[in-house]
Amino acid sequence: MSGDVVMREVGKGLPVPEFETTAFAKPEKSLAESTVAIVTSAALHRQDQEGFDPADTGFRDIDRADRDLVLGHWSPNFDRSGFQLDLNVVYPIDRLEELAADGVIGAVAETHYAFAGNQPDTVSEIRLDTGPACARKLLSAGVDVVVLTPV
Amino acid sequence: MSTLAHVFEEAGLSTIVLGSNRSVVERMKPPRVLHCEFPLGRPLGKPGDAEFQRDVLARAFALLEADEPIIVDHPETIECDETPMACSLPPRYDPNLPAAVDEAQGLRAAYDRAVAKRGVTSVGRTITADQVPAALGVLHQWAEGAPWAETPLPDPNSIGVCHDIRSYYEEAGLELVDGPPPAGRAAEAWFHEQTEAGKTLMAARAALKEQDAPFPLWFYMAPGHR
Repeated sequence: MSGDVVMREVGKGLPVPEFETTAFAKPEKSLAESTVAIVTSAALHRQDQEGFDPADTGFRDIDRADRDLVLGHWSPNFDRSGFQLDLNVVYPIDRLEELAADGVIGAVAETHYAFAGNQPDTVSEIRLDTGPACARKLLSAGVDVVVLTPV
Repeated sequence: MSTLAHVFEEAGLSTIVLGSNRSVVERMKPPRVLHCEFPLGRPLGKPGDAEFQRDVLARAFALLEADEPIIVDHPETIECDETPMACSLPPRYDPNLPAAVDEAQGLRAAYDRAVAKRGVTSVGRTITADQVPAALGVLHQWAEGAPWAETPLPDPNSIGVCHDIRSYYEEAGLELVDGPPPAGRAAEAWFHEQTEAGKTLMAARAALKEQDAPFPLWFYMAPGHR
């Protein structure tokens, strides 16, 4: 059985955080007027930034111009070669720039964010602390739409 | 990712999750999910294929038109392929060294070229590229039965050290292969199955298990299915 099949099977059996309701923010602007940001759980960071600890609940700022990024996720259970070949396969920043140039999206956010996907089981820190803090930063920067990418 | 979608949406942001595990997103119920059955680690599917990546984003942005929570499957499935990537390894140079140590030294030029080209390396979480041969020397000793607690790695975090060794190899290996990008997990398979370093790492991992070393110390040295 391939590693991906095994990991997806493992995922089926894992307990997940429960949400009684699904908040739903219908966009108020068209996509062509919206500012778009990427938030990834790949634990990306620049080499001059602090790396992610194994149970890191924080996030790192990624400038729109940054391309020299390290994939800091601690799990050995996914392919890393795709990111080494083309960071857009995890963090599609060049694609967003193209879509903005083509007028498909309104603008690319100046700052994007990375969390670590390997969170403590309760995820209480990102629910109550770092997640809302990141949301405030996105909102204050005028972001309308967030694309969330895992690894 | 799904947790952040709930948090962000509560704050008033519109989100789209590129989901990689349908069971998880079905249970966590984020507002908008494009479920992509692509190799784990490649949420946009295909490295170096801008057209395919733009198509994934177009399908994701289309979900913003929905009036209620929605999960849509991307129509294409991309299987990971654990056939090892075709990559030459350096010939044996110093027979007095453990094979993995000799091999790692022989790959240094390719690793340096890769770093110069990309401008960044994933090596360095716990050890530097200079320390990779020494770390492999310790793994060789573990594989030969040396007590792990009395034979320390250059850094005590075995998971981080193995990450750095694997990154050193995968970055060097990708510099040595030609043609289209290797499939998901092809580089992982090459490292663990064909390189002396990977074989040594797996033997050291088995030895630690035999020595009743703490589970996290050895298990996460390699992918869980290995």
